[in-house]
Amino acid sequence: MPIRGRRPLNLSRFLKPVGRPAVNINVCKGCGFCIEFCPVGVLEFSDGVNVWGYQYPVVRRGMEYSCVNCGMCERVCPELAIEVVEEPSIPYEVRWVE
Amino acid sequence: MSERISLLATERAEEWLLKPGVYFMQGNIASAEAALIAGCRFFAGYPITPSNEIAEHMSRRLPQVGGYFIQFEDEIASVNAIIGAAYGGVKSMTATSGPGFSLMQEAIGLAAMIEAPIVIVDVQRAGPSTGIPTLVGQGDIMQAKWGSHGDYEVVAYLPNSVQEMFDLTIEAFNTAWEYRVPVIVLADQSVGQMIERLRVPPLDEIKIVERKAPTVPPEEYLPFDSRYLVPPMAVAGEGYRFHVTSLLHTDKGYPTTSHEHSVKLITRLIRKIRENEKIIGRYEALALDDADLVVVAYGITSRSALRAVREARREGLKVGLFRPITAWPFPYWGLREAVDRGAKILVVEINMGQMVRVVREYYSNLVEIHFMPWAPGAVPRPHDILLKIKEVYGGE
Amino acid sequence: MSSGLRLGLRTESIKSLLRLERFPHIWCPGCGIGTVVKCFAEAVLKSDIPVEKHVVVSGIGCTSRAPGYLKLDGFHVIHGRATPFAVGLKTVRQDLEVTVIAGDGDILAIGGNHFIHAIRRNDDINVILVNNFIYGMTGGQYGPTTTKGSVTTTSPYGYIEGSFNVPYLAAALGANFVARWTPLHTKELTAAMLEMFKVDGFAIIEVVSPCLIYGEMNNLPPLEVMKLFRDRTVIDHEADLSKIDIDLRNPGKPIVLGNFVKRSRPSYQTLVRELIKKARGR
Repeated sequence: MPIRGRRPLNLSRFLKPVGRPAVNINVCKGCGFCIEFCPVGVLEFSDGVNVWGYQYPVVRRGMEYSCVNCGMCERVCPELAIEVVEEPSIPYEVRWVE
Repeated sequence: MSERISLLATERAEEWLLKPGVYFMQGNIASAEAALIAGCRFFAGYPITPSNEIAEHMSRRLPQVGGYFIQFEDEIASVNAIIGAAYGGVKSMTATSGPGFSLMQEAIGLAAMIEAPIVIVDVQRAGPSTGIPTLVGQGDIMQAKWGSHGDYEVVAYLPNSVQEMFDLTIEAFNTAWEYRVPVIVLADQSVGQMIERLRVPPLDEIKIVERKAPTVPPEEYLPFDSRYLVPPMAVAGEGYRFHVTSLLHTDKGYPTTSHEHSVKLITRLIRKIRENEKIIGRYEALALDDADLVVVAYGITSRSALRAVREARREGLKVGLFRPITAWPFPYWGLREAVDRGAKILVVEINMGQMVRVVREYYSNLVEIHFMPWAPGAVPRPHDILLKIKEVYGGE
Repeated sequence: MSSGLRLGLRTESIKSLLRLERFPHIWCPGCGIGTVVKCFAEAVLKSDIPVEKHVVVSGIGCTSRAPGYLKLDGFHVIHGRATPFAVGLKTVRQDLEVTVIAGDGDILAIGGNHFIHAIRRNDDINVILVNNFIYGMTGGQYGPTTTKGSVTTTSPYGYIEGSFNVPYLAAALGANFVARWTPLHTKELTAAMLEMFKVDGFAIIEVVSPCLIYGEMNNLPPLEVMKLFRDRTVIDHEADLSKIDIDLRNPGKPIVLGNFVKRSRPSYQTLVRELIKKARGR
């Protein structure tokens, strides 16, 4: 989440959780819920389609470290098509995007 | 399962059951008491004349044996509730008459499709529609077999006395739980509401059939295992975690549309009863060995016909009586020998022609089949039947 | 919602309760029922009741297909009759936790009579009513919760009938627990289901769901409806139930969610146990 305005003085003492959305491509039905309800906006529809002809979610280019592992996409998906894998947390300084 | 039984509070239930002995009892009450002896611990019903005595008696007696009674909002709820109870592993029944029986047809199809053991007592009254609620009819014979849509088999009993109301209700439970099939006790208002001598034997002389439980662990269990004609039945809450659906299903219970499964399942549901018809089907034959005319009658009509047949014999006519005790499967084989000898058949029933069609189906190409219809609302008197016997007999 | 309960809904944890060999499931893209099934699986696993004591019963329709995907004792019976089946089963097996999962047409139209009487008796069953305002499985006919003006396959000129306000109806009949949530509010929905299991008496959760079929005819695609659930819902547990009917197409009408009713009228099953004791002279 971009931090607008205020920046905690001790931000360097905290790590940002990171997740990696893992998509089960051929289970997805292209409803778009995960894309819409990701609080960071990490996902977008793919260019191609899966075997059923549906577009599926992919991580936007440049946002590979932006997922905060909240799991909203996983919760709101009606299909079991997307899960979030926990990745090592990173310092805020490195990937803080305005 | 001790925990489940304790919730039913059935300890010491035997103390509350009808003691062995001779009683002077109404047919409906006898049926209710028989159900309790057979192990019925759930009754769901809706008031309808002339079956109300069964519900009223059950409302008083079931709590005494630790069972449950619910008067539901309609017959449809009642019959669906007893199917639910059956899948809880508890013997259950309902009681109704013609109009209520019509309402229950969809659920009878459900019970047949998901192989749920239930007992329905249909105390037939004059129809069609509201008819004459307080007087006798025998108009549900066909409905018992064909009332629901699709192909399925049921078993239906035809008691003709208070003793048979008792005996056949117990047998109904045994058949239901042995073959996992809905069973109907097709009583009629006369037999249900007459009061007669009833002999209750000692409990250890009464055969009671229990559910055949699965013998394999849950991972291997198939709720509709087609390797069995009657698959062992798991019930809810014992860890089997099986799926039951009213859709066409595979052995595992999952829905399917494949014709291969339709062939497998539907054939088995039919074969389950047809291949055992000579065990399940019952009849009583009187003076058939030399009969030139066989009177076919059931329920209260058979009592009247018996008198008529005896009168006819006294007058020198060689008449016999064939009394089906099961309407379905129809015990056609009991007539075979008489038919082979060329005997005529006269079917007497309190309707405009139901069982006669079944008899015709088997034997109309071999012998003359005569029919004496009787409009519902009264029992044909022995004299009426005797006149018809003479008319048919003399027409040789 | 208690703070001690972590409701993360990690898919991995609920897979043990799903019949994965039957996935992908039959529901349309954007249908909320899949999410309801997942929330239910999580609630079952987190409840204090052993998994084998949970039973699901359903009627006919899209929502009623849910038991087929849950690895629990499940009974997919006939249209409208899940409620009496569940009542019969629960009465004779009070050790079981029985939940009916069915749709608006199944429970309120053909099953309407059983619904009102089960609540009147206060039968100890749970009902998850997924309300998508349509008869989806049969292609999109109107039902007793369809909003006035909707276009459906049997109301091509617009629906002219009134529709049920489910929480109002259930509360007026005397249900012990009444809640309404959406497939977007997964945490609240799961928490409500956990509450529901603890209730002795009739408990119902209405889950307002998007539907592709309804949406196609009424310009309400599932994603738009889910956005409505984010932007136009109000959580008010004390809401005046007579005013919380739903009209998805009216931008001025918020969708009110919450755990509305929590009562403790004794359940029928409790009363009948006492009756048996009395009858046996104890």
